[in-house]
Formats: sequence, structure tokens, C-alpha cells
Amino acid sequence: MPSDVLERPAVDTADDRVFVMLTVAEQICGVPVETVRDILGEQVITRIPLAPAEIAGSLNLRGRIVTAVDLRRRLRLPPAPEGTKPMSVVAEHGGELYALLVDQVSEVLSLRSDAFEHNPATLEPAWAAFS
Amino acid sequence: MDDLLVDFLTETNESLAELDVALVTLERTPDDESTLSFIFRLVHTIKGTCGFLGLPRLERVAHAGENVLGKIRDKALVVTPDIVSQILMALDRIKTIVGHLGSAGTEPAGDDADLIALLNATATGVPSGVPSGIPSGQHAEPERIEDRATPQTAADPPSASNAVQTIRVTVDVLEDLMTLVSELVLTRNQLLQLARTQENSAFAVPLQRLSHITSDLQEGVMKTRMQPIGNAWNKLPRLVRDLSHEMGKKIELVMLGAETELDRQVLELIKDPLTHMVRNSGDHGLETPAERRAAGKPETGRVTLTALHEGGYIIIEIADDGRGLAVDRIRAKAVSNGLATEAELAGMTDEQILRFIFRAGFSTASTITAVSGRGVGMDVVKTNIEKIGGTIDLKNRPGHGTTFTIKIPLTLAIVSALIVEAGGERFAIPQLSVVELVRAQRDADGLSESVIERINGTPVLRLRNRLLPLVGLSDLLALGKSASSDLGTTIVVAQVGSNLLGIIVDRVFDTEEIVVKPVAPILRHVTMFSGNTILGDGSVIMILDPNGIARATGVGAGGESRPGAAAPAETVQSEDKTTVLLFRANAGQKMAVPLGLVARLEDIPRDRIETSCGTPVTQYRGRLMPLVPISGVYDATLACQPVLVFADRDRTMGLMVDAITDVVDDRLVIELSAAQPGLLGSAVIRGEATDVIDTGYWLTQAARDWFDGAALPGESVRVRRLLIVDDNAFFRQLLVPTLSAAGYHVTAAASAADALQMRDAGALFDAIISDIDMPDMDGLSFARAVRASGPWARLPMVALTARAEPLDIERGHEAGFTEYVTKSRRDALVSALRACLTERVAA
Repeated sequence: MPSDVLERPAVDTADDRVFVMLTVAEQICGVPVETVRDILGEQVITRIPLAPAEIAGSLNLRGRIVTAVDLRRRLRLPPAPEGTKPMSVVAEHGGELYALLVDQVSEVLSLRSDAFEHNPATLEPAWAAFS
Repeated sequence: MDDLLVDFLTETNESLAELDVALVTLERTPDDESTLSFIFRLVHTIKGTCGFLGLPRLERVAHAGENVLGKIRDKALVVTPDIVSQILMALDRIKTIVGHLGSAGTEPAGDDADLIALLNATATGVPSGVPSGIPSGQHAEPERIEDRATPQTAADPPSASNAVQTIRVTVDVLEDLMTLVSELVLTRNQLLQLARTQENSAFAVPLQRLSHITSDLQEGVMKTRMQPIGNAWNKLPRLVRDLSHEMGKKIELVMLGAETELDRQVLELIKDPLTHMVRNSGDHGLETPAERRAAGKPETGRVTLTALHEGGYIIIEIADDGRGLAVDRIRAKAVSNGLATEAELAGMTDEQILRFIFRAGFSTASTITAVSGRGVGMDVVKTNIEKIGGTIDLKNRPGHGTTFTIKIPLTLAIVSALIVEAGGERFAIPQLSVVELVRAQRDADGLSESVIERINGTPVLRLRNRLLPLVGLSDLLALGKSASSDLGTTIVVAQVGSNLLGIIVDRVFDTEEIVVKPVAPILRHVTMFSGNTILGDGSVIMILDPNGIARATGVGAGGESRPGAAAPAETVQSEDKTTVLLFRANAGQKMAVPLGLVARLEDIPRDRIETSCGTPVTQYRGRLMPLVPISGVYDATLACQPVLVFADRDRTMGLMVDAITDVVDDRLVIELSAAQPGLLGSAVIRGEATDVIDTGYWLTQAARDWFDGAALPGESVRVRRLLIVDDNAFFRQLLVPTLSAAGYHVTAAASAADALQMRDAGALFDAIISDIDMPDMDGLSFARAVRASGPWARLPMVALTARAEPLDIERGHEAGFTEYVTKSRRDALVSALRACLTERVAA
């Protein structure tokens, strides 16, 4: 699973880090830009029977097969309303490509590492694992 | 030209090119010792190889050159341009000779005395100027450049071809090329798909050309990846040599078909399994010289490796002429390792027991030697081979050795696949496992030949009088109801090991060449898929794995019981799982019959049941079929009468039951024998006591002359192993339960050849029952073959036949049969068996 926000190493310099900002069910998340390979519009996704629920299927990215992960399901968010066209953020993890299906990809932001805050302790464990 | 010479030429040409460069470097930096020793080494190698190959002229020149270089290395000479020129002259001479060698295969005639004298003079320190006409260093250089551009001057054109015959390319480049070609194939397919929808397109013709070129390119690139299997074998002679020293055995390694080519990737993957197996053969398989002498074999054991092409596969055999596998030890080991219980093993054939060596946690060598037995066993070998879509089988001849046969695909990259649709999704099924496609009706009018029937919801298809288990792909993959379920449907008949399985799909498209790509790690647990790929239209599609589907549905569960592909003897084992048809009759009593005996299942409307001579009959396929109520009374109130149809040759009879409930795979062990006629006894099927009907009894109820005798009530005897040889599947199916009920362990063989194969494989029995009229080898010849030699020579043999004239009986006895029984008298068979087995105990 690619992480939405890369876990910050314990000691970090004050260097800026660049994130791709995306929206899932009105929640803004950031993905480190260096893990993102592509941003795609709506894609034809082949369902994969018997796969885990969060796997939306697989898609063809210029001859490579990419596994699509439904971020809403993964983060236990309500399913997208009918007719929304998800965008895909293609990220590489362990040599494999994964497409994160999100509602919207907005901008690329440079954030200061020293502005990084740890997860609130009260965050739901399903979320805490990825942020 | 022999391979050695070709290799030498290639290598020498490479060395010469390097020498040119190095010598120039040396001229510039005379004190560079590393360059000097590099040059010395190269020249020395050339000289050494020449001597070995018997090329005297080349050797003399190289030797003279080496002398000079040796002096320089020993600091007896100082590098001067003159000396370098002389050495370059020597190299040019070598090139000339090598060029001629390349074209003619022999050294050119000629004398190098002048050059050698010159070099020797230099070596001995006699100062000598460069004779006129010999190019100086400055001249040599441009010539050299020319050499490299067109490796030889006009005087020596043949060498040019020599230089381009082989080039060394890194594997990475080839791998990249392969990937690119795979993508190109996909893009080509995509284009073709598009073109199909457009008629009279201007692109059609160039596209066709592109398609051909792509195919050729694909083939060409595949060829670059092909390597002779000998490359995977080249470590083996050394391994076997060390092994024979270590073990004190004499081992000869014979390698046949080393030039057989297969894909590099496959080659890499089988290298280790092969090494392991050869090591095993030498370590476990072969005996010590003393043991071999005692067994009357030559002292030197032989391990034979054979490789050959067969279809799209490569077959590799590893055979030894050692002691063979000890079935008893494997059996004991399987029990002690908890892989099987005694009871389970008792019902297995030797082949099945032998396959335990492929199970994890199994090693027969009682002592762990340094050679094998390092925790990696045959299970790892099997896993590795199956990983690349291969199979492994073994043939054991006790006392004569063991043969392992590996069958692997030539390449893993591109396979041909059938594209099907189920539940609105498309899937690819590898063409290799598809046997046929059958168009079938779902629950239709009953007029069509191929109708999918349901037994308690489990779909089955009658295909050429056999019941084919079916799985609905959309059900299996939880895709929901398929849209076209009312119309016809297609069944993909897939071969899974030795079993056939029908996969119900909604539609079949066409076949496509696909590039198999592994599925993402997150999906690896879904065993139904072996990979995924991109189709011509650019969509992603999952590739189905028929083995995975079979495992998921319980057909041929596990690969362990799969009989060897090399010996497809049809065997029915009484303790093996049997497919059983469950039904209810006699006021709800659960009953069962082996499915193999049942020809068809019918629901006959009540108005089509008529009475003839006081018994119910129906018109069935244009003939009258007698119907026998299993309860004894014909219940005329049912609107539709479920009937089990039994057929033998042109006779049919219908057994009327209350309801057909299910088809299950279970062990058919009759635990209680019944006193009631018509029942063999009771067996526990799916945890419930179920009456097993005696089909033979009901057949005689329908037609007195079906067999003359009545059913024999089972009687417990000491467990004896019987072999039934009969080409008629019906009789085999009939006799196995009958004799099992009488307390025998029964194995069936479909032909005399199969039976003899079992004998050679080391199977043991207490008695043999054989049919007389069989195709190919009849019962009489079979009896003679059994009596002639082998472990079965003294077994009692019972002939079972329809012909019972005194002359026939006499001929049977002459051939070696102990008893002669007619097929209709099954009671006589059992008493005959009992008689000869008791006799044997007494003797």
C-alpha cells in the first residue's frame, strides 16, 4: 500500500517537501511527489473478481498493468455519489504501480518539513496506519 | 568446422582486436606492466590453444611473439617502436592465418621462417633493424583501424564473416528487447482490432505487413533468448565427478540433446532443480559398486540426461540405472512423517505412494549426506517446475532405476489464449489447457443433445455418454447472474491434470496471443488467476488458471493423485474417492450409486410411462426401456418420474427413484453388507449412512438375461488385492463395488497393456481377473505374458468372459488362467476367487 503521507523520518532537516494534493470525500490528503508517476483522468478499469474490496480493478497505463485502489473504500469513506468521475494518482510502491482513485487532484504544494505535525492521537486506526 | 574451432576463431578475433589496442598503449607507455602482462597473457592463450587444436603454423608464430614479449616482461628488452612493430607483424600474420582458418577450416600453406627468425633475433637481443617492406608502427595504426572497420583487408575477406558470426550482447539488452517486442505485439493486436471494424481501410495492407514483420521480429527476438540446455548442464560433469569421489561410487554421466534450445528465463529457472535431481540420482538412486556387482549390474552406474522438443514443450529426462525407489520405505516414511495414514496408503497404487517424494517434508535418505538431504527436497523441485507451468513425473522400475520426466514450456513470455466472457467481464484461458468447446442449452426442451442438467443445483453435462462436472464461471467468481442465461451457453472443456472440467461461460470470442504478466502482489492469494495481460483493444484482462479453478471446486483435488502423464492407465481404486450419485427411494431412504455406472438421468413424464407385460416401460430414444421401481411398487401419482438410466452396449434400463439429490466425491467404502437383495450395503457418504445399490441386481430385474445370477451378498474375507483387467468401463465400474463389498481391494485396468505397465511399475496383487475379448492384447496373450516372467508369474488368474464353450475354457487354462468364469455368473466369480486364493494360502 502506498502511503498517503509518507511517514516522516524521526530526524529531518528543515528542507521543503513537495506533495501532490488530492481530495477524497472532501478530505484533503497529500502524496509525496517523488512517488507519483502519473495523474490520469477517468480510466477504463477492469474489475478483478474475488479481489479485496478496496481493489477497484486494474487499468492499462501505456502497456503497464496498474492495480487501482479505491481510496474511499480503503479509508472507509462513503462511496462516491453516482456519476462522479474519479481521477487516478499513479504511485509506485515496491516496484509495482498502483492507481489511487480519488475525487480530485488539485495542486502541487511545497511544504516545510518543520511544519509537519504528527497524527492526532485520536485518529481512527484505519487512518493512522496510512498517515 | 567443429565447434571448438569456431569458438577459438571467435575468441582469437576478439583477442587480436584487443591486442592491437594494447600494443599501441604499450608503445606509448613502455613501463606499464599491467598492459604488458595483459598482452603477454593474450598471446600466450592464443599459443596454448593453437597447440591444443593442432595448428602448428599459428603456434610457431605466436610462440615467437610470446618469446619477445617474455623478454620484455623480464626486462631483458626495452620496448621500442621497432619491437612493437615486429609484434604487430606477428599479429598480422596470425590474423592472416586465422582468416584462412575461418574460410577454409585449415591453416594456409606457407612459411613464417623469416618472421620467426626476426622475432627470435629480437628476443635473443641481436639488434636488427626493421627490414624494408615491413610496416613501421606508424603504418600499422591506420591499417589497424581499417582492420576494425572491416576486420580484414581485401586479401582476407572471409575473416570478416567470422567476426560478425557472433557478438556478445548483455542479457539486459535482450530482456529489454523482449519487453519492447511484447509491447509491440500488443500494439499490433490493438491496431488489428481497430482495423477489423473498418472495412476497406487504406491502412489494411500496410497493417498486414506490419503484422507479419512484428511476428517475424517476435520470433527473431525469441530466438536470441534461446540457449542450448547444455548451458544449464555444464556444471554437472564436475558435480558428478565430485559426487562419485565423495560417495565412493562409480558414476557415468551421459548427456543427450544438450543442443536443445529453450528460453533463457526458463533455463535459469530449471538449472537448480536439475542440479538437485542429478545429485539425487547419484546419491540416492545409484548403488555402491559392490551392491551393483551383487545385483549383476556393471559397477559403473549411469545417470542419463536427455532433452528434446515436443510440441511447444521441452522434455527433460533424468534417468539412473540404480536400485529404484523403495516403495515400502516411502510408505513407512509417509506414515512416520504424518503425511498419510496406513489406511489411506493401503488404498493407493504404488505410483501414488511414489508421489509422496514430491511432498513437503519428505526425504528418504535415512542418513543426511553432505551431498543431498539439505532440507531441500523434491518438493522444492516440483514447486519450482510447476511455477513455470511445467510438470514432473516419475517412473520407477525397482532394481532397474528411476526416471524423472520434466515437461516445461519453451517460453513463458507469450502464450495463446482463448478469450471468454462471463458475468459481463472478459477472461483469458490459456489455450494449452482447453480441450474443446461445447455449445449447450441451459435447461432446455430435452431435444438437444447437450443440455446442462442440474443435480441438486450442481450443473453437469452429458458429453459422449460421460458426465462432465461443470462450474459456472460467473458463479465461481461471484460475478452475479449472467445476462444471457436463458439462451445457449458455451462450455470450455479444460484439462486439469487427468481430469476434465467444464467451465460455463457466456460467450467465447477468439484466441489471441497474450503476454503473460504477473498479477500485483496484493492479488496473489486469488489462485483462480495465473496472471493478467493487455488485450488488443487496450483493456486489461485476467488470465484464468484452470488448475486453480479445479482446486477451488474440488475437481482432482491436489496434484498428488494425478496419474503419470506417461502412463495414462485408467485405474479405479476402491478406496479412492469415487463420484457418487445420491438419490432417495424407498420412502426417503438415502441411496447411492457410483456415477460412472449411470448413463443418463431422466425425468420421464407420467403419461409417457406405459405398461408392457405387467411392468412399466417407456419409449426411450425410439426403443422400449424397461423401468424398475426400486421400492418395488410403481407410484403412479408423480407427475414426473426421476429415472436413473443404466446402459450397456445397446441395452438400457431405467431405475425409478423418488428424487435425485446430489453428486458427491467421497470414498465408497461399504461398511455393512446388506441382507436385502438389491443393496450392496451401507457406506458413510458425506457423514451420513447411505445404502449403496447393487446395480447388477437391478439390471437383472429389468432383463433376466442381463446376467443370469443373482447378486452376491458381500462377505468379509481377509483383505486381498485384486486386479481387474477389462476394456469395458461398464464392467469395471460394476465389478469394483461388487468385489469391494466382498472385502477385496480392487484396482482396475482398462487394457492388458495398462496392467502390464502396473506390473513393471511394481504393483502387487493377490489375484488377477481378466476379460478374454479385449482389443490389442486379448486375455489369453495377457495371461501368457503374465505367466512368462515377472512378479505376477505365479498369481492366480481368473478369466471372465462371455464365451464359455469347453474349447474356450481349455484354451484359457492352456494360456495360464487358473479359473474360467462367465460374465453373467458373478457369484461364481467370487467363489472362484475364494477358491484360488485359499489354495494359494494352503500351497
